Amino acid sequence: MSEVDVRGFRAESLDHRNQRNQRLFQLMFGLMTVVLIVPVVIIISLLVVRGGPALSWEFFTAYPAANMTAGGIFPALVGTLWLVAVALAVSLPLGVAAAIYLSEYAPDNLLTRLINLAIINLAGVPSIVHALFGLGAFVLFFEFGTSILAASLTLAIMTLPVVIVSTRETLQAVPQSFRVACWSLGATRWQTIRKVVLPNSLSGILTGIILEVSRTVGETAPIMFTGAVFFLPFLPQGVMDQTMAMSLHLYNVATQVTGVPESLPYGVALSLIGMVILLNSVSIAFRIHLRRIKKW
Amino acid sequence: MADQPSRNRLEDKLDAAWVWDRVAKYAIFLGGISAIVFVLAIFLFIAREGLGFALFDLDVGYFFSSPNWRPTAEPEPQFGALALIAGTASVTGLAMLVAVPFALGSAIYIGEFATGKTRETLKVLVELLAATPSVVWGFIGLTILNPLIIEVFDVPVGLTVLNAGVILGLMAAPIMATIAEDALKAVPDTYREAAEAMGATRWQVIRQVVLPSAKNGLVAAVLLGVGRGFGETMAVLMASGHSVNLPTSPFDSVRALTATIASELGETAQGSDHYRVLFTLGILLFLVTFVINLLADVLVRRGDKKQA
Repeated sequence: MSEVDVRGFRAESLDHRNQRNQRLFQLMFGLMTVVLIVPVVIIISLLVVRGGPALSWEFFTAYPAANMTAGGIFPALVGTLWLVAVALAVSLPLGVAAAIYLSEYAPDNLLTRLINLAIINLAGVPSIVHALFGLGAFVLFFEFGTSILAASLTLAIMTLPVVIVSTRETLQAVPQSFRVACWSLGATRWQTIRKVVLPNSLSGILTGIILEVSRTVGETAPIMFTGAVFFLPFLPQGVMDQTMAMSLHLYNVATQVTGVPESLPYGVALSLIGMVILLNSVSIAFRIHLRRIKKW
Repeated sequence: MADQPSRNRLEDKLDAAWVWDRVAKYAIFLGGISAIVFVLAIFLFIAREGLGFALFDLDVGYFFSSPNWRPTAEPEPQFGALALIAGTASVTGLAMLVAVPFALGSAIYIGEFATGKTRETLKVLVELLAATPSVVWGFIGLTILNPLIIEVFDVPVGLTVLNAGVILGLMAAPIMATIAEDALKAVPDTYREAAEAMGATRWQVIRQVVLPSAKNGLVAAVLLGVGRGFGETMAVLMASGHSVNLPTSPFDSVRALTATIASELGETAQGSDHYRVLFTLGILLFLVTFVINLLADVLVRRGDKKQA
């Protein structure tokens, strides 16, 4: 700014230029943000307009009929619930344990660095590679066959980073003074975690779980070869059964079946994205609520 | 002597607490290293099916130089992956051209310009964008973008590099934007305040202070976006046209590495050459994304060190 002082008469024009640039760039970046978001709003409205008519009570409670060209999505819906439930039963304890380790125990050493790197990689490995792994490991090596168990284990490993990262953040947000107070009363590290750290971060962990569920609902590639199938005329009875799933069902009615009335795949797509948006909105609303009632 | 037994009980209780403490410590440690175990297991299991083929049966030179992907041809199947690699590269490249400017632009807007309610709303919208499942994106490419491209550019086929690139760009942008915004947030406010105290406008602060200090994190965000695009399966499978082809223009149909595995694995016999070559493609995908993630991690770490 020294040149402004020296040539005082130019200061005004320089200031003007800076201000103009400032407004220009703010506008430009604002527009970029809008351009990023607008197509999606348009697309979702299109899905609603074209898929809306297909949705009915029957659509959600009937089996597909006439070679998948009619009927509803009931078995796919139930199958997705199975997959999510079993995947969650595996990834939740593992993910929370990993997060507790990283937040409460891990020293700043090479192992911790490796764990963090592994988490990033687990999230970054392509979903189809997870599918190959699930096929090679769970379906063939452990001989679970194509089953809910194999598919859910694949999904659980794939979405593990979501649980770990969100839980770790929540645990780390618990003030250190809470722990110190508890330790000074003679509590062990585990007692402190169980009685103080976890209860204070329960709702944050729940937010992470909802996010993970929403990820699991939408995944397609990892379940294609590990447990989800094109069509089943009955519901799965246990974890060793195969199942239909919403995401794979959308892929099938959109690409594998001919003669499908236009509204049917739109209806499936709308139901799927509706589930995901609903789950995410709940998670977001929960997070905002938590921030508001936070005591520290 | 009267209170002796109760003191014993107290000691027992304490002992139990410390035993549990130890048990919990080991159990949690096992959970802690699970991520490492899984990454190793993923590599081991895909290597178990595909590495032997890659090392002993596959003509690696042909694999990387020939566009002839005819895995079921008789009598001599051809395993040339060049067209698949070109397919993945062209779609990912176009996606990055679309996504990087908008992702970084919106990260800067959300992180540096927007305030209060606007900022919160935009963040939520970007988050919802990032949460849309890839199969839904593929469906959008198939049913909405496809006819649009045919009509606007007057071409016979709309399932092309352009279609898959745009879809992938829309998918990768919110993820990059989120990571980039984190990188901007990591720049200490004192830097901004110091610059503002010297009379800099908001834009001058961003360009001359915030962006240079967040450079590594921003590059890492772009890298992770590339990795994401590279590994995306369903959307590319549905929107790219899925024909083995060395693309010469954005209006050519292509086939990606990931999509090839997804569409062919179901039809192969376990243990056949075709089956094993698909796992070899998997190894290639794993290694490339591993290197990309490693690079991103190193960059972020270096950035952190500089700031500390």
